[in-house]
Formats: sequence, structure tokens, C-alpha cells
Amino acid sequence: MTKVTMTVNGKSVSGDVKGNTLLTDFLRDDLRLTGTHVGCDTSQCGACVVHVNGEAVKSCTMFAAEADGAEVKTIEGMANADGSLNVIQQAFQEHHGLQCGFCTPGMVMSAAALLKENPKPSEAEVRDYLEGNICRCTGYHNIVKAIMAASGQDVAAVAAE
Amino acid sequence: MYSFDIQRPTSVADAVAALGTDEALPLGGGQTLIPTLKQRLSAPSVLVSLTGIADIKGVCTADDGALCIGGGTTHATVAREASSYPGLAALAGNIGDPAVRNRGTIGGSVANNDPSACYPAAVLASGATVVTNNRSIAADDYFQGMFATALDEGEIVTEVRFPVPEKSCYMKFEQPASRFALVGVFVAKYADGVRVAVTGASEDGVFRWTEAEEALSANFAPEAVDGLSVSGDGMISDLHGSGAYRAHLVGVMTKRAVAAAS
Ligand SMILES: Cc1cc2nc3c(=O)[nH]c(=O)nc-3n(C[C@H](O)[C@H](O)[C@H](O)COP(=O)(O)OP(=O)(O)OC[C@H]3O[C@@H](n4cnc5c(N)ncnc54)[C@H](O)[C@@H]3O)c2cc1C
Ligand code: FES
Ligand code: FES
Repeated sequence: MTKVTMTVNGKSVSGDVKGNTLLTDFLRDDLRLTGTHVGCDTSQCGACVVHVNGEAVKSCTMFAAEADGAEVKTIEGMANADGSLNVIQQAFQEHHGLQCGFCTPGMVMSAAALLKENPKPSEAEVRDYLEGNICRCTGYHNIVKAIMAASGQDVAAVAAE
Repeated sequence: MYSFDIQRPTSVADAVAALGTDEALPLGGGQTLIPTLKQRLSAPSVLVSLTGIADIKGVCTADDGALCIGGGTTHATVAREASSYPGLAALAGNIGDPAVRNRGTIGGSVANNDPSACYPAAVLASGATVVTNNRSIAADDYFQGMFATALDEGEIVTEVRFPVPEKSCYMKFEQPASRFALVGVFVAKYADGVRVAVTGASEDGVFRWTEAEEALSANFAPEAVDGLSVSGDGMISDLHGSGAYRAHLVGVMTKRAVAAAS
């Protein structure tokens, strides 16, 4: 066991982890932050995306021990300070960017990383950035729409209805 | 996963020392190794994480103009910072997806030498040098077949040095499920000739298409490749494409790369 200490959603947390404890397992099982989902566990689907030191990573493909000292942000840390949905989450709700919701935490975390890098992405850039986030319900159009709307752009012309 | 310990050294010397035991493996970005460990295809007793070694991260230009990329540099960093070698930056920016690019490293990719990986094509087509903790290896000697390289056990890729070409381009025909290269061709035009390296196609891993190199060195135009072909024998054949199909794609992707080279 190794002791790790990291900042998760602004709070300092620590715990004892085994070498093979994944960051997802530490977040979900030890910290009980179950908003981060595990869809595939094979690095393909992106349901587990969180931010580590500001960058989107698949938390099923990183060991908790490697996040020692890091700044981690999960979907639980995305709401506004007063508990209301942040602009991306709100846009997902307004534009029906989710159906079952399983992929949504990863989608929102990827979208946030994209908008930080590229505040006004084109539709093609949004689709390209979401290459590693798989959704089995929506067909993606409304997810793309929600992200375009969250970036303050007109969404009327985006994709098919 | 079997159980193992993780060590996080902060210098190459400490990492080499930690890798001194038989059952230790280096851990780069983990984007290949962690899925492999989950499938229990590998059973190290110690993983030596290289992510804490600042000395092997980053992109710089050497006095001779070569682009030097630290072995622990992520694909995302190369995509952002290798602007003096646009063909290489574009290749890095199209590996996997953004989250994979934020963790995966060039050292891990060239150490793994997956027959469908992108970087090996750039390294071979550039005649790059793979620098390790104790020697420098020319690309032509480094790649030794599918998943095989000149690296010894416990040897760490600390840097890859790329001579910067006049023009270059990597064209990847994506395997639609994994988005690795079904066939990828890297073309690099230097003052003293053109080099063409092919990934994804051969059962022997990345290779140079020397016939195309000669034709393109004489005339750097897509038509120069007309009439040339590679044999489907020894090409990878799977549900995504037959050997003959891959062999055909080698010609197509080479032409596209020449047409788009800048
Ligand atoms: C969804 C997905 C899509 C992908 N798509 C592509 C793609 O399109 N093209 C592509 O080329 N790749 C792709 N990859 C693979 C990705 O590029 C990996 O990052 C890369 O192959 C391995 O690099 P790593 O740093 O993650 O190495 P790791 O997974 O940590 O290690 C891989 C191997 O290299 C060894 N190793 C690691 N670093 C070093 C070093 N510095 N020196 C010596 N040995 C070392 C390890 O011991 C291990 O055996 C994809 C991966 C995923 C998960
Ligand atoms: S659970 Fe991590 S990528 Fe699918
Ligand atoms: S909403 Fe169901 S997987 Fe995306």
C-alpha cells in the first residue's frame, strides 16, 4: 500500500492505495464519487474522463498512485458554487444532450476541456474532440449541439434535427 | 490485474536502478500497458513510472537543427510544440483521442512498436535516432519486427532526434474501430533524397518502401508512384482488410501523402 494525497474538486483527500488501484477505483470506491462512470474499462469509451492537472484523461487508464500530488476534477465538481448546473451541464439539459445519461459525465468533462482550449469550436472540431467519448443513445447530434450552445454559439444550423 | 508495486523516480538514473530487477517494467503513459495489464498479458512485480522524470519531457531544437523530443513527452505536447516539423506534429495530433494524447508518450509508442502504431512510421521515414539511457540507435537498426525493437530489458527511451525534412506528410487510413492505422504512410523529403515508411501493413511491422523512395527522389510527384506496387504476401490480413487490400492501400496512401506534403 502507498499513501496518496491529492486535491479532488478543491478538497485535499488522502488514502492508501495498492499499486494496481486505478484512479477510477480510488474516486468511486474510496471517495464514493460515483459520478465518474466505467463503461468499457478498456480505454475506449471515455465515460471515465476526469481532469488531472487541468487535462482530460481516462481515469480507468491511470493509476491512483500516479495522481499523487495532482489536482483532480470530476463531474461532482462541475456545478456552480450555489449548486445550480454549470453552463455545459445546463446546455446538455436544454438541448437533450443525454438519454440514459451513462456517457454524460465523460462527455461533460471532455466538453469542458475542449472549451478551455478552444472557446469557440466549429462543429467539426467538437466532433473530432469527442472521438474518444462513445454514446450509445443520442446519436451525438444533440451532444454536439449542447456543446456549441455552451460555447455561446448559434446552434440552429448544427447537424440534423 | 495481478498485483505490483509502483515506483515514481524523478531521475533517469533512479529509474534505471529501479528497473534492474527482472520483473520490473517501465510505465510511460500507460495507454497501452494498462489495458495489457488488465488482460493479464503481463505480470510485472514492479512498475517504474517515468512520468515524474522532468529531464525526459519536452521538445527542443539541437544545434544541428534536429528536433529532439524527450521520451516521456506526450502526444498532445508534440502536437502543440513540434511546429518546426508540421508532418510530425500532425501525426501526433491524430493519435487516438484527446485523453489518450494527454497521457500517451513517444517513448512508450516506439518501445511498444505496435505494427499499426503511427510514430514508428515517422521515426523510420525521418531516419531519426532513438536515444536511450546508454546509447543512440539509428531508426534503420531500431525496429526489428512486430512489437520487437533493439531495446534491451530495462533500457529507457530518453529522447528521439528527428532531422527535419523540407517537406513531409503522414497519411493514415484509419481502422474504423480502433482508429489505429489500417495502413499509414509517412513520406519525408530531404535534400539528399526521399524516405517512405509504411505502418499497419506488414507482418514484419514498420518498413521502408525503397522502390517508391527511389522514384520519388527522382521526381517528387504522386505520378512517380504510378506503376509501382508492393506484394500482398506477408501483409497483415484480418477482418478489417485482406493482405492484398492493405498492399493496394500502401500505394494510395503514398500518393496522397506526396500530394499533401508541405
Ligand atoms: C483508445 C486508444 C487509441 C489509440 N490510438 C492510437 C493510434 O491511432 N495510433 C497510435 O500510434 N497509437 C494509438 N494508441 C496507443 C497510444 O499511442 C499509446 O500511448 C502508446 O502506444 C504507448 O505509449 P505510452 O506512453 O502510453 O506507453 P505505456 O502504455 O506506458 O507502455 C507501452 C510499452 O512501452 C514501455 N515503455 C513505456 N515508456 C517507455 C520508455 N520511455 N522507454 C522504454 N520503454 C517504455 C512499457 O514498458 C510498455 O511495454 C491508442 C491507445 C488507445 C488507448
Ligand atoms: S471506462 Fe475508461 S474509457 Fe471506458
Ligand atoms: S446518453 Fe446513453 S450512452 Fe450517451
